[in-house]
Amino acid sequence: MNEFIFFFNSVIISGAVIGSIYAIGAIGVTLVFGILRFAHFAHADMMTLGAFLVLILTALFPAVGPAIGLPTAFVMMPVAMVATAFIAVGIDKMFYKKLRENNVKPVVMVMASVGVTLMLQGLIRFFAGTGTQSLYIDDRKAIFRIDLPFESASRNLVITEPQILLFVFLAFAVVSLHLFLNKSRLGKAMRAMSDNPDLAKVSGINTNTVVGVTWIIAGALACAAGTLLSLDVTLKPDLSFMILLPIFAAAIVGGVGHPYGALAGGFVVGMTETLAVFNWTFVLRPLEKAIPALDLPNTLAFVPTEYKITIPFFILLAILIWRPTGLFKGKII
Amino acid sequence: MALIECKNVHAGYGGMNILNGVNMAIESSEIGVIVGPNGAGKSTTLKAIFGLLTVSEGSIELRGDDISNLAPDKLVHKGMGFVPQEHNVFVSMTVEENLEMGAFIRRDDFSYMLERVYSFFPDLKDKRRQPAGELSGGQRQMVAMGRALMVEPSLLLLDEPTAGLSPLYMNEIFERVIAINESGVGVLMVEQNAKQALRIAHKGFVLAAGKNRFTDTGQNLLNDPEVAKSFLGG
Repeated sequence: MNEFIFFFNSVIISGAVIGSIYAIGAIGVTLVFGILRFAHFAHADMMTLGAFLVLILTALFPAVGPAIGLPTAFVMMPVAMVATAFIAVGIDKMFYKKLRENNVKPVVMVMASVGVTLMLQGLIRFFAGTGTQSLYIDDRKAIFRIDLPFESASRNLVITEPQILLFVFLAFAVVSLHLFLNKSRLGKAMRAMSDNPDLAKVSGINTNTVVGVTWIIAGALACAAGTLLSLDVTLKPDLSFMILLPIFAAAIVGGVGHPYGALAGGFVVGMTETLAVFNWTFVLRPLEKAIPALDLPNTLAFVPTEYKITIPFFILLAILIWRPTGLFKGKII
Repeated sequence: MALIECKNVHAGYGGMNILNGVNMAIESSEIGVIVGPNGAGKSTTLKAIFGLLTVSEGSIELRGDDISNLAPDKLVHKGMGFVPQEHNVFVSMTVEENLEMGAFIRRDDFSYMLERVYSFFPDLKDKRRQPAGELSGGQRQMVAMGRALMVEPSLLLLDEPTAGLSPLYMNEIFERVIAINESGVGVLMVEQNAKQALRIAHKGFVLAAGKNRFTDTGQNLLNDPEVAKSFLGG
C-alpha cells in the first residue's frame, strides 16, 4: 500500500503538475501558431516575465494574500495576467506586425521571436538579477498531508496548495477557452482565421482584431503558467526557458493549432517524463523479501534524472516520424 | 447608373499585368457571366474587383463610387460578397458557424438571414450542425454562397461555382443563382461551363488575353456563330 502511495505522490501528482504547466504553455503556443503561423519561441520568456510581474506585485502588497487565505502571488496573478497580455500585444506591434505586413516567411518570424526571447531574458536579469526568488514573501506554502483510511497505509498523500490552485486554474482556463472559442463571435472568428485565413479576410473578418485577441489570450496564459510553476518550485530567470522544449513537444504531440490537443499533449509529455525518471527500487522492495536472489540497485529508473530533458525530445522525434499531424490532427508544420 | 462597372481595367500581380483593358457593367437586376479560354483573365477580373490584386490602370465603380484597390473587408462593408473557387468554406466549422462568419461584420440580429439562406438552400438546414468539411462539393458550394449572402450584399461575385460538380448539381446551383438574382442581388460570375452559364446570363463577357473579345446579352452570344466557333466548342 505504501508503495502505491509513493508511486501516486511521485508520478501521478508530480506528472499532473508538470503536465498542467506544459498544457497551459502549449495552449498559448498552439493558439499563436494557429493564427499567425509561426512557432513563437519567446512564449517561455513571456511566462517568466509574467511570473516576475507577480513577484513585484507580491512584494508591493504582501499582506493581501493572508487576509484572503490564499497565497498573495495567486491573488496578484490576474493583475499580472492583464499586464502580460498588454505587453504581448505591445511586443507584437513593435516587432512582429511590420514583418507580417511585409509577408515575410515564417522562419523570419521565428528568428524575430528568438530575438525577443534574448531581449526579454536580458531585461529580466537586468531588473531582477540572476538569483533564485520565492513567490512566498509574507506567507508560507501550505502542504496537505492526507491520511488514507487503510490500515496498511502509513504514508500520506501529499499535495501542496499551489498544486491544487494549478489544477483549479487549468480547469477554469480550459472551460473558459472552450466557451470563448465555440460560443463567442470573436472566438469563432479565431477558429475561422486558423482554419482559412484568406477566406476569413474575404468574409470581412477584421484580422487585426483577431490577432490582438490571440496575443491577449497567449500573454495571459503565459503569465499564469509562469506564476503557477514558480509557486510550485521557485522563480529563476531561466525557469521557463528550460521548459520551452517540452512545451513545444506538447503542442506538436497534440497537433499544432489544436487547443485540446495541446492540453492532452501537455499531460502526455508531463506524465511520460515523470514516469521515465521514477525510481522503481522503492516500489519493488517488497519483492526483494519474497525473492532472496533479487538484488535491487539503489536507483532503478528508465532514464537518469539528469537526462530528463531528453524525454520530450524523444517524444517529439517519435511523433514527427510516426504521426506528424499529432494526436488530434493539427496542421503539419 | 450601373451596379458595378469596370472601365478599361489593367491589373495583375506585382507589375505583370494579366488584364489589359477589361470593360464590363451590370445592373442589380442582372446576372453577368464571364467566359473565355484558360488564362484569359476571368478569375483575375473577379479578384481585381474584390481588391485581391492591384489595379494599375482604369477604374472599378460600385454605383458610381470608385472602389479600385479597396481592401476586401472594406468591400464587404460596401455590400459585396465574394465566393472563391477553391477553399471557400471553413472546413473545421459547422455549416451554421460558416454562415455566422459571413455575418461577422453585422452587429444586429441576423437570424432572419440564416432562415433566408436555409430557404435558398434547404439541404443545408438539416446539416447545419455538421462540419462543412464533411459535405459534398455541391453542398460546400452552397455553404460558400450562403456565407457570402449573410451580409445581404447588393453584388455577389462567384468564381466558377460549378467547377467539378456533377451536371445535376450544376443545374441546381444555376437555379439558385437565378433565385438569388431575383431576390435583388446582382450576380457576376466566372464559368467554365460556358453554354449553360450564358443561358441564364443577362449579359455575357467573352474574355481573351485579358481583354473583352465579345460583349453582348447571353442569348446573342450563344447565337453568334463566331463566338460559338471559337469559344463554345462549335
